[in-house]
Amino acid sequence: MSEPLLTIDGLQAWYGRAHILDGIALTVGRGEVVALMGRNGAGKTTTLKAIMGLVERRAATLRFDGRDLSALPAHRIARLGVGYVPEDRRIFADLTVEENLEVGRQPPRPGAPAWTPEKLFALFPNLAEMRGRRGTRMSGGEQQMLTLARTLMGNPSLLLLDEPSEGLAPLIVRQMAEAVRRLKAEGLSVLLSEQSLSFASAVADRACVIETGRPRWTGTMTGLMADDGVRAAYLAV
Amino acid sequence: MSKLPMSKLVVRDLQRSFGGVQAVGGVSFTLRSGDLLALIGPNGAGKSTCFNLLNGQLRPDSGSVRLDGTELVGLPPRRIWALGVGRTFQITATFASMTVAENVQMVLLSRARRLFGLWRPAALQFREPALALLERVGMAAQADRPCGVLAYGDVKRVELAMALASEPTVLLMDEPTAGMAPAERLALMELTAELVRERGLAVLFTEHDMDAVFGHATRVLVLDRGRLIAEGSPDQVRADPRVQSVYLGGEA
Amino acid sequence: MSFLLVQALSGLATAATLFLVSSGLTIVFGVTRIVNFAHGSFYMVGAYAGWSLIERFGGTPAGFWGSVTAAALAMGVLGAAMEIGLLRRLYRSPELFQLLGTFGVVLVVQDLTAWAWGPEDLLGRRAPGLKGSIDILDQPFPLYDLVLIGLGPLVLGLLWLLFNRTRWGTLVRAATQDREMASALGVDPARLFTGVLFLGCALAGLGGALQVPREAVTLQMDMAIVVEAFVVVVVGGMGSLAGAFLASLLIGQLQAFGILVFPQITLVLVFLFMAVVLVLRPHGLLGRAEEVPPTAPATVTVPLSTGGHTGSWALALLALLAAVPLVAGDYALILLTEVVILALFAASLHLLIGLGGLVSFGHAAWFGLGAYGSALLVKHMGAPMPLALAGAPVLAGLGALVAGWFCVRRSGLYFAMLTLAFAQIAWSIAFQWYAVTGGDNGILGVWPSSWAAGKAAYYWLTLALCGGTLWLLRRAAFAPFGYALRAGRDSGLRAESVGIDVRRFQWMAFVLAGSAAGLAGGLYAFAKGSVFPTLLAVPQSVDALVMVLMGGIQTVAGPLAGAVVFHLLKSEVMSLTDWWRLVLGLIIVALVLVFPRGIVGFLSGLRSSFVRRRA
Repeated sequence: MSEPLLTIDGLQAWYGRAHILDGIALTVGRGEVVALMGRNGAGKTTTLKAIMGLVERRAATLRFDGRDLSALPAHRIARLGVGYVPEDRRIFADLTVEENLEVGRQPPRPGAPAWTPEKLFALFPNLAEMRGRRGTRMSGGEQQMLTLARTLMGNPSLLLLDEPSEGLAPLIVRQMAEAVRRLKAEGLSVLLSEQSLSFASAVADRACVIETGRPRWTGTMTGLMADDGVRAAYLAV
Repeated sequence: MSKLPMSKLVVRDLQRSFGGVQAVGGVSFTLRSGDLLALIGPNGAGKSTCFNLLNGQLRPDSGSVRLDGTELVGLPPRRIWALGVGRTFQITATFASMTVAENVQMVLLSRARRLFGLWRPAALQFREPALALLERVGMAAQADRPCGVLAYGDVKRVELAMALASEPTVLLMDEPTAGMAPAERLALMELTAELVRERGLAVLFTEHDMDAVFGHATRVLVLDRGRLIAEGSPDQVRADPRVQSVYLGGEA
Repeated sequence: MSFLLVQALSGLATAATLFLVSSGLTIVFGVTRIVNFAHGSFYMVGAYAGWSLIERFGGTPAGFWGSVTAAALAMGVLGAAMEIGLLRRLYRSPELFQLLGTFGVVLVVQDLTAWAWGPEDLLGRRAPGLKGSIDILDQPFPLYDLVLIGLGPLVLGLLWLLFNRTRWGTLVRAATQDREMASALGVDPARLFTGVLFLGCALAGLGGALQVPREAVTLQMDMAIVVEAFVVVVVGGMGSLAGAFLASLLIGQLQAFGILVFPQITLVLVFLFMAVVLVLRPHGLLGRAEEVPPTAPATVTVPLSTGGHTGSWALALLALLAAVPLVAGDYALILLTEVVILALFAASLHLLIGLGGLVSFGHAAWFGLGAYGSALLVKHMGAPMPLALAGAPVLAGLGALVAGWFCVRRSGLYFAMLTLAFAQIAWSIAFQWYAVTGGDNGILGVWPSSWAAGKAAYYWLTLALCGGTLWLLRRAAFAPFGYALRAGRDSGLRAESVGIDVRRFQWMAFVLAGSAAGLAGGLYAFAKGSVFPTLLAVPQSVDALVMVLMGGIQTVAGPLAGAVVFHLLKSEVMSLTDWWRLVLGLIIVALVLVFPRGIVGFLSGLRSSFVRRRA
């Protein structure tokens, strides 16, 4: 079997002096959707930021597509084909939808689907209707779609999706799940952090459950759905 | 002497929106002396906003917060503190350039209104009571270390001592155990529970760590999208299907 | 009527230049979050370079405009070089280091420019084809100014196109809003910043080169324009291009008409306008409500130590200093008197920076106010020296009371800008109110009373007053007052939540520091026998900052050591070479880049690493 697209082992991360991650380990295979699960505060967001180089971190292994990421700054990691979609959206509110997409644009790369604004507008019809609108005048769901579309403009082969369903209306959540399935069908690999079991089970092949910055359980999504003990211990109230 | 449980903090219909989005929509609850009340909910439920409304950092659009009958809405954080509402922060905020003892001494000086002194060294004032408080939270041995070099869990203890220094009757703790190791979390929650019993404090805390919540809280409030969806004993809340669905997602 | 119209037009011409320069400043700030003090230097060098090119090639319209363009592009290249060599290392530094580092460049450029073009003012040739003037309602108005008036909106339009119609501009706007997110999308911030500095400095250079036909090219152009550009940028809203345009127009008109109504205080008007705008609209006219991200205050993680034997050491030092007149000659005594005065000046600034985290860029205002207070009391009221000396801290303290009320309302960069503005107000009064202050000629004949006229006697008096005040400041630093100030700096949120009214303590500290600086100023006036507007000028404020930084922010003794080293170095270098500013500028840049903890901090760092190695 070939090397997974992303391999992480012994990942440590800090916010200032607070030690948030302590030995996270996981892999994402090519074309696979992996859900990083855990309650809030477990370290899901920090894990994705650490992969992206946005927090202070150290790792025994942090490899993507055969390359070591641990010494690279965020923009280099992005250019290697890692797309990051933050939880708090962070669209450029002063920029129009089209300009937001322009910021994310990178040259196409082999082995990853190539995106154009037109292709993305087909995927997210809502955005097509507001291409000249500024981010300040968009709803939360529209902003979430734009964040995803903006990252896709970089033609990534791996997508890091932070809490894609959080705070969205049920209809938008279903659209989001559909979008993730479409991306997988296009050949993209996805690592998404999620609190919602229903969302994760709708899109993910495998799950990695973490708590207080440590890995607790790894297995298939169906395995997680079948294991009441793990769900009760790390996900439920 | 044991006190009768009485309503310390009465919160009625607290509302606050940001740019048309309602962050807290009509929250009401009562906090009594001896309570260790947990406020939980998924990310973005409005916990932090709720906290900031209570201690005056944010002003509610409507609603009231009464401490022993005194309206707190509209008062600056300083005044609310002076009335007896202490607070600890999610991201630790101590005075990093001072020693552990001096951090506590500052609060004591402030409470005694002696901050404008220009002559007597601050480090010599209120040292004994500061040490006593540090003893209580288990930090006396590190009293003369700079706060900036402490382990994270120890800073949280210092914060607790600082909060206690003003002899509050109500204590608001924002994620008291965030960023701590599991053993430290347990110890801090036990310490808090002891203090509640010992001093008849009324504590409201937010927390992600479910062990901390269900192991120590006397009551639990569950917030989702700015509204309280459940309130009761830990067991009641745990059994509530609405709470399960909020945490596990889906229509349950 | 027609006169007013012409006046308004000339205000527009001023506004055009102002906009060119401040647009560059605001663009650079928007993306890098650095207030580039050296921006005015690119304007000045742009003017000099433009002058040389125009002298050579400016005989034809093509040659003239080609020269102006070439000068602008050259400044862009220099700006990009500064980004790569200096700014890149300062993005994560406290704003004090950013302001000081870029001010170091100002000094270096001043001397290099003087070396390259000489100290005389240069008059350039007029623009070919635009030499005359046209009549507007029977009033003549220069054609060239009319072209400038058109150029302002033209450049605004071009910049708008650049930022809204090109990929590069889109990336810059994105990075201005959220640098981290832009880099997570693959945008290389370093390259973007270099490009932004190129653009910003080219605009400054363009503004400078365009001045050649209008006014003499001088070595004073840099400070004059950069301070005005600061005002424009702050009034318009930092980072806002449209704001800079609007503010340029307003300030251009304010100057054009202010000179008719209050010819004595046109400069004051501009700064007052800025202070009022900042109080009414804290983020400027078109600035956005987001706070400038608070850069780390010059962080102090080590507790200030009272030091076990500090008292005995201080007494020993004082005894030693008191004995100096027994052996030293007059020259040494004069030098030492100045050192002692400057030590107090630096220590008073350290109270604000070291304890309060408040970086004042206009501390010379209080030094100068004290000096002028004493001098005016002597000159106009015939006051004896003791009374005049007592008046110095009182007047400076009152000034600081008023200015402080405005300044402590804002923190970080805005605080620095506000203090700078108040210092400029004080300076403009001293400079422009000729009847009272003597303007540029200063006030002469401010001599001590006969009992203190001897060099030794005045030295002892200075030592006693400064030593006593330093001791008081030190007590205050370790008393609850000083701790409350530090508490507000370490964590304003926590301080407020335990009942500390941070702003009030900052205001008090501002007044205390102002009074102490005022006393130093009063003593300085009598030591020199004269006062000049330079005592209140920006370089004097920077001297104080350098002394504090040289000594090290983390220690109470730092500013004293800094004052000694700085003043002796300055006297020594000045006696050897005329290039003092070059040397000082390089020292500042080195301090900021290599020794950010200063002399005392560096030494104690050495000591503790030595102790650790032995342990």
